[in-house]
Amino acid sequence: MSKIEVKNVFKIFGTNPDSVLPMVKGGASKEEVLEKTGHTVGLDNVSLSIEEGETFVCMGLSGSGKSTLIRHLNRLIDPTDGDIIVDGTNVMELNEKQLIEFRKHEMSMVFQRFGLFPHKTVLENVGYGLEIQGKDPEERRELSMIQVESVGLQGFEDQYPNQLSGGMQQRVGLARALATNPQILLMDEAFSALDPLIRSDMQSQLIELQAKLKKTIVFITHDLDESLRLGDHIGILNGGRLVQTGTPEEIIMSPADDYVEAFVKDVNRAKVLKAKTVMIKANEFNSKDLKLADVFKVDESSYIEQFLPKVLSDRCTIMVVDKMGDTKGYITEKELAISLSKDG
Amino acid sequence: MKKIPRSIFYLLYFATFIVLLIVSYSSSKRKPESLVELISDPKWLVDWPRWLDTPFKDWINTGWKGFIEDYGLIFDAIGYGLLRGYTTLKTIIVQAPWPIVIIGVVAITYFTSGRKVGTTVFVGFCTFFIGFLNPRFWDKAIETTTMVVLGIVLCIIIGIPVGIAMARSERVRNAILPVLDLMQVIPAFCYLIPGIILFGLGAIPAIISIIVYAAPPLIRLTDLGIRLVDNEIIEAAESFGANKKQKLWGVQMPLALPNIMQGINQCTMMALAMVVIASMIGTRGLGDEVLLGLQQLNVGAALEAGLAIVLLAIVLDRMTQAYGDKIQERTKPQKKKK
Repeated sequence: MSKIEVKNVFKIFGTNPDSVLPMVKGGASKEEVLEKTGHTVGLDNVSLSIEEGETFVCMGLSGSGKSTLIRHLNRLIDPTDGDIIVDGTNVMELNEKQLIEFRKHEMSMVFQRFGLFPHKTVLENVGYGLEIQGKDPEERRELSMIQVESVGLQGFEDQYPNQLSGGMQQRVGLARALATNPQILLMDEAFSALDPLIRSDMQSQLIELQAKLKKTIVFITHDLDESLRLGDHIGILNGGRLVQTGTPEEIIMSPADDYVEAFVKDVNRAKVLKAKTVMIKANEFNSKDLKLADVFKVDESSYIEQFLPKVLSDRCTIMVVDKMGDTKGYITEKELAISLSKDG
Repeated sequence: MKKIPRSIFYLLYFATFIVLLIVSYSSSKRKPESLVELISDPKWLVDWPRWLDTPFKDWINTGWKGFIEDYGLIFDAIGYGLLRGYTTLKTIIVQAPWPIVIIGVVAITYFTSGRKVGTTVFVGFCTFFIGFLNPRFWDKAIETTTMVVLGIVLCIIIGIPVGIAMARSERVRNAILPVLDLMQVIPAFCYLIPGIILFGLGAIPAIISIIVYAAPPLIRLTDLGIRLVDNEIIEAAESFGANKKQKLWGVQMPLALPNIMQGINQCTMMALAMVVIASMIGTRGLGDEVLLGLQQLNVGAALEAGLAIVLLAIVLDRMTQAYGDKIQERTKPQKKKK
């Protein structure tokens, strides 16, 4: 059972979405629908499942429906048609009261422009979810202080949000989302408004936190590098349609269509591809090619960039091993050349 | 499917037009003898036809009469209650020694402006100068202020909930906006006179007129202030499971407060203007002095009283404005002050 399941979700914006639904279901494109009915298709038959404890990155250009999709998960936006199942509960069947309870405990959200309350201090912001849950001030203070410290903002807890820099503000946003200890974290272009250095910093911090907390994270971004760095799985949206889902390697090695290919064209493959993806399996490898003296052992989950210099300088063959030390496969210059060339 | 109700609307407009046409034709006293005359003498196409006269004023008069007979008592009760409040408040301030009143004004300003000495001294000076202009003005200024304050309190009690309701529901907004337009555009005298009939002469119709005249900007700015709150902040509150009440009082109202304070400030200024106009229906206060000066063609006396009104306006404006500024500073704190 997946943690989050989205089943055939359609979202149409406009005055009378239901009347347009059959047309969209019939396969009309976004442009056609807009021209004929004046309605905008937000999501077009999106289905996906997200496993517990993984980071799912949803990627697409602006207007591709990714922010719409994430808002469906906690029903900030109601779908026109389809089901959303979180942890076995069908979110679509919740009434208003149940929905509010669901939002209080199941998931929390981090926003692109931070969405902090300007009239509350950092500590009050972080404690907002707890305040809504009805926790008493004493406990609220204690729990929020822990979160403030975990994102490294101690000493700033009595400041107001706009006294802080962008990166610090987003850390407040992150701490606020973590304070209620939800199972699921929704991050809507959480780092897009930050400058590159701070963004990369925040990404590391998120990876670090995730290693400890093991939340289910749904992350929205338009930045491919970010999605490759953070995502266990990536879903690519185009014009409201989900065109491909897969692991970062799958997306890079076999893009589903021209759109995805254009996306991954400029990516630094050495940074993304792992040894186990490019290797030739041990049983398929012609061991005559192997001169033992030149073998260099690497772990199967290391990236190409980690052993590429070694191969270039020593002209050696890479032996890929798993954690137990068993040989899984080999990589020679030929495999490297193939995997790094853009035509794949 | 929106096309069907719209065509029904057009049909309704048309039907209303036909009914009005028939009613105004049949009730007109200058009806042509026969319809043939209309065709033979088409002069009515040039000048507005005399035989089209909707008896609108008769309807209103009949309605008004019935209204007073049925509900007059309620207005008497409201008027009596307001009068009691007004007289009590006025008497207390009038009987207080003037230095204490000035000290009170200065203290309030000092508190509301967030301990700004400049504003406080300025307001104190203006208050002092009202009495300085003419000893008679002191008590009259207090009467005027009391009316304005009561009017504003009522405006706030009525206006802010209405503004909130408008911000929450598009339908309520569409229903109330034309009413606000009407309240702002209709000439003051049109409701001042009926006010006398309902509440008698004096301060009460003036206070009621203040509500009609000064509540719209407060309502509009409350509505606007709430709707201007950043959508992402609202979404953030919702995503944590805030219900409507928590959203309104915890997020929307605090962030709309600068706008609402601006509305109260506008409300104050308009209330003062209305109190002056209301002197024409026998309301006492500073406006009364202006009227007296004008009636005696005593330009000096009228201008003197006018100046006192300006001073009073400055005092009231500074007090409410300063409070708004202070709130704004709190909701949007500046970078660290050094």
